[in-house]
Amino acid sequence: MQWIYLIPALPFLGALLLVLASGRIGKTGVTLIGCGSVGIAALVTIVAGLQFMNSGQAGYVQHLWDWVSIGTFRIGMDLRLDALSLVFTFVITFVGFLIHVYSTGYMADDPDFARFFACMNLFVGAMLLLVLGDNLLLLYFGWEGVGLCSYLLIGFWYKDPANGAAARKAFIVTRVGDTAMAIALFLLVQHTGSLQLGTVLARAQELWTTGDPTVVLIAFLLLGGAVGKSAQLPLQTWLPDAMAGPTPVSALIHAATMVTAGVYLIARTNALFVLSPSAQAAVAIVGAITLLLAGCSAFVQTDIKRVLAYSTISQIGYMFLALGVGAWSAAIFHFMTHAFFKALLFLGAGAIIVALHHEQDMFKMGGLRKSLPGVFLVFLIGSASLAALPFVTSGFYSKDQIVWLAGAAAGGNAFYSLAAVLGAFITAAYTARMIFLVFFGQEKTHVHHKPGPVMMAPLYILAVLSTLAGFIELPHTLGHLTLLSDFVSPVLPGVVTVHGGVALEWGMQALTLGLVALATWLAWRLLAAPFPDGLKQFLKNGWGFDDAYNVMFVQPFVKLAKINRRDVIDKIYTGLAAVTRGFHRAMSATQSGILRWYVMGIVMGAVIILSVIIWREYAV
Amino acid sequence: MMLPVFILLPVLGAFLAWLASAVNKTLPRWVALLVMLAGLAISAGMWWQVQDDIYFIGDRWLQTYELPWMPRFGISFSLALDGLSLLMLVLTFFLGALSVMVSWKEIKERSGFFHFNLLFVIGGIAGVFLTMDLFLFYFFWEVMLIPMYFLIGIWGHGNRLYAALKFFLFTQAGGLLMLLAILGLYFVHASATGTFTFSYFALLNTPMAVETGRWLMLGFLVAFIVKLPAFPFHTWLPDAHTEAPTAGSVILAGLLLKTGAYGILRFVIPIFPEASQFFATWVMLLGAIGILYGGKLAYAQTDFKRLVAYTSVSHMGFVLVGAFAFNPLAYQGVVMQMITHGISTGALFMIAGSLYERLHTRELEQMGGLWPALPKMGVVTMVFVMASLGLPGLGNFIAEFLILAGSWQAAPWITVAATAGLVVATIYSLRIMQKVFFGTSLREYKLPDLSLREMLMMAPLIAAIIWLGVYPQPVINVAQRAMPSVAVHSTK
Repeated sequence: MQWIYLIPALPFLGALLLVLASGRIGKTGVTLIGCGSVGIAALVTIVAGLQFMNSGQAGYVQHLWDWVSIGTFRIGMDLRLDALSLVFTFVITFVGFLIHVYSTGYMADDPDFARFFACMNLFVGAMLLLVLGDNLLLLYFGWEGVGLCSYLLIGFWYKDPANGAAARKAFIVTRVGDTAMAIALFLLVQHTGSLQLGTVLARAQELWTTGDPTVVLIAFLLLGGAVGKSAQLPLQTWLPDAMAGPTPVSALIHAATMVTAGVYLIARTNALFVLSPSAQAAVAIVGAITLLLAGCSAFVQTDIKRVLAYSTISQIGYMFLALGVGAWSAAIFHFMTHAFFKALLFLGAGAIIVALHHEQDMFKMGGLRKSLPGVFLVFLIGSASLAALPFVTSGFYSKDQIVWLAGAAAGGNAFYSLAAVLGAFITAAYTARMIFLVFFGQEKTHVHHKPGPVMMAPLYILAVLSTLAGFIELPHTLGHLTLLSDFVSPVLPGVVTVHGGVALEWGMQALTLGLVALATWLAWRLLAAPFPDGLKQFLKNGWGFDDAYNVMFVQPFVKLAKINRRDVIDKIYTGLAAVTRGFHRAMSATQSGILRWYVMGIVMGAVIILSVIIWREYAV
Repeated sequence: MMLPVFILLPVLGAFLAWLASAVNKTLPRWVALLVMLAGLAISAGMWWQVQDDIYFIGDRWLQTYELPWMPRFGISFSLALDGLSLLMLVLTFFLGALSVMVSWKEIKERSGFFHFNLLFVIGGIAGVFLTMDLFLFYFFWEVMLIPMYFLIGIWGHGNRLYAALKFFLFTQAGGLLMLLAILGLYFVHASATGTFTFSYFALLNTPMAVETGRWLMLGFLVAFIVKLPAFPFHTWLPDAHTEAPTAGSVILAGLLLKTGAYGILRFVIPIFPEASQFFATWVMLLGAIGILYGGKLAYAQTDFKRLVAYTSVSHMGFVLVGAFAFNPLAYQGVVMQMITHGISTGALFMIAGSLYERLHTRELEQMGGLWPALPKMGVVTMVFVMASLGLPGLGNFIAEFLILAGSWQAAPWITVAATAGLVVATIYSLRIMQKVFFGTSLREYKLPDLSLREMLMMAPLIAAIIWLGVYPQPVINVAQRAMPSVAVHSTK
């Protein structure tokens, strides 16, 4: 376990080497460094993870050096390995490695191959720091670091200004959330005098009773940070545009890892949310609404990557819902399965996009099940998992848990249940629609070249994981296995179920099964059905949030900046200068050199002065 | 005995560089570079030594030096070094060396006189950071001003005379108020204690009426916030920066602005603790307005150097917010901000200079799509753009985080406004990258990427900004002892 510093250090080192080498090491060198650093980090994770599980410790902290230490305020470069960070670290390094390998195929012809891997390595390093940091400042370090990499990679193909705009949008919108989070950190510094996770959470228990306004405020501000990074309402607008980046980026950053950072943050600071019931309820409400809105938007998209983007927003909504009702481990479970199947779907989509020569419009695909059978197979597995096809997919087990707990958990209620069930229905519908459009029907675009083994191998591995990962946690109705929730129990409180019981769980499962079937059938029927155009456009544009924000924030800011480009304050000083100069001109005009005027001036002055004197002496 | 060296070295070097121009054009550059590097070596060496606390005389001062000058008026050549001065000296010579390197190709005319002025301004700045006699302080304050006026007025760009004059008038007006306040303090002290003295240590504990203290404090404060510059006294800065040669901009942004911040920490707060607390909220408010206003104007600019100049207004707002929060975190943040802003903004001006050398324009609208032609410069710019928006891992983040975390405890609402400045900083910073390096290029460029000399300038800057971001402790340790007592006392 003493090697855990290598886990984030290796990808950082890889990024540094790739930047310094700046193209002098050839494609092989870049591949070796880029994939190797993440691969070794994954191996170290597995070894450290096994050691950790055998040690029986609740958490292992490695102190590297003092980062900032002022009086009693001490922040160390400390890494923390515990059940929660281990799950995230494993997913990040392992899925990250697979995506790196895949990228060597996907990006093979790109002239900026080295830059791509430098950014990807930097991202993995920052993401690992985020989840391994033992204090909230280090978490924030990683948090902003992944934001930077997201920006760099969304705008990777920088020649198109639209990509640059999408990249900046992602950075700026998430920064709005980060600012809220920063204020939460200030509050924690003020009240607990620390940012170290253990101290903060312990002090919180002593300082505040449940519902204390301060802790509620802190929790709401943290939620602000989480909704920014995890693209939840009301800061979800950046994620669909983020699809401008290369597809492996979408898979790694905008599906599997970075966008779930908000889930990690809330799970990590669960004690603060437990103390603030209203904030925790807000988490659930945000999740429930987001999962429905984004699901509807996914149903009308034409770009395959945007379907997946909205689907990601929607699935993270499920995780938020789980966090909000107190089903902490269910959220982490869904994070893990989602990372596998969504990475699989994105990479599969990437394989299709490359095969069709960068065609992303689903209406120009079709019939691909024959020309790309391998991709079809894995895509189908991923889709089944996303749609939560019962019994055989991991997505079923993780989502089923949330659907049940949305009603059954202590914080749950009927509204959440309804949202979760409805969400499951919508998910199945848009997933089925995607499969039908892409793989069935007439072939509309000819397949250029089939993905090679370097791209297919990660897909097969992820397909296996998308299926098997679900079996570590089985519902009461089917064997009742709780490997994951037991594993994370030292970090995350267990879920308390109050409403209904196993009977409700049975009912929910049956309902889900029925709805998935119904949704698939409906999607098939609706493929050709006309949709009211206005509504379609409204949903497609993500419920008009972008337009609203444009009118409310972007345009006023730009307009204000434009009006005052020349700094109105300077007018005070130039005005002062102008007045002085005017006065000077008036005075110098009298100095004309004409003797007559001077004589006249003297005479007039004498007359005036004399008049005044005489008037004052004799007027009375 | 080392202290006068920091002033004499650049001043004598200045004359030597001028003389050297009789030999050839290059010799003054080498003289200047060697002088700066020597100063850097000595100051950095002292920094390295004093990491251990035992070197501190008494509680705080590392070294003192005193020579009687005009004893009948209580004026002496009194120098003293504490952690704050030391850090500022290291920064002065570091940026001084870089400004010599950055002018290597840019300055072709009258290189002897140029380097005379460059070294002289550094000498003045070193004096400002070391002097503990208020008369002498005013003297050095003016010494900084005149060579800077020449640097802008002779080697500047198109509108250089206007900019030089504006710079001179603003600083001079502030300086005169300070002179009045110094004299006022001198007489108030004399009438209270019977001794006429300009000594900082004596004046520190001057008993005075509350009203008097407030007026005198305002005299000092105005001089320093004009220099900082704070809203609404900032308008000289964009002109001066834009028109100055690159070395001038680096010294302006990196060092001259810091003398304002230094003055606040050294004189305003310790001498007038009551008045400082009385005006604290208003000053912090000015700082927060500066952060947002400067950021918004930075976004609106189309001239690269003008844009960076307005970011300075924004970043210096943090200094005001932090200095008047009277809190150890905020104080350490302010010291960090002075250093990291010097590095990151200095670097951005150097980049602007390098771009100007290649494209002969500062207009952002004329740039775009330069990444393929200048990938190395792109990476370097990215680092400093990220520093400017406060990305963790780079020094500016530590500075701004500490300032905000500290000021939050003093004034939450002002801190919220200042924190919103981070979003504005993101907006204007990313705009730089987009306008210069991304997008499609207007022409087919065949430009040389960073030369060896430029890499040698940029590498230490990048190393410094990353080092300060991940291990700022050497700065914090040294600055700790120089903390104004008002900041220490107000902690819980």
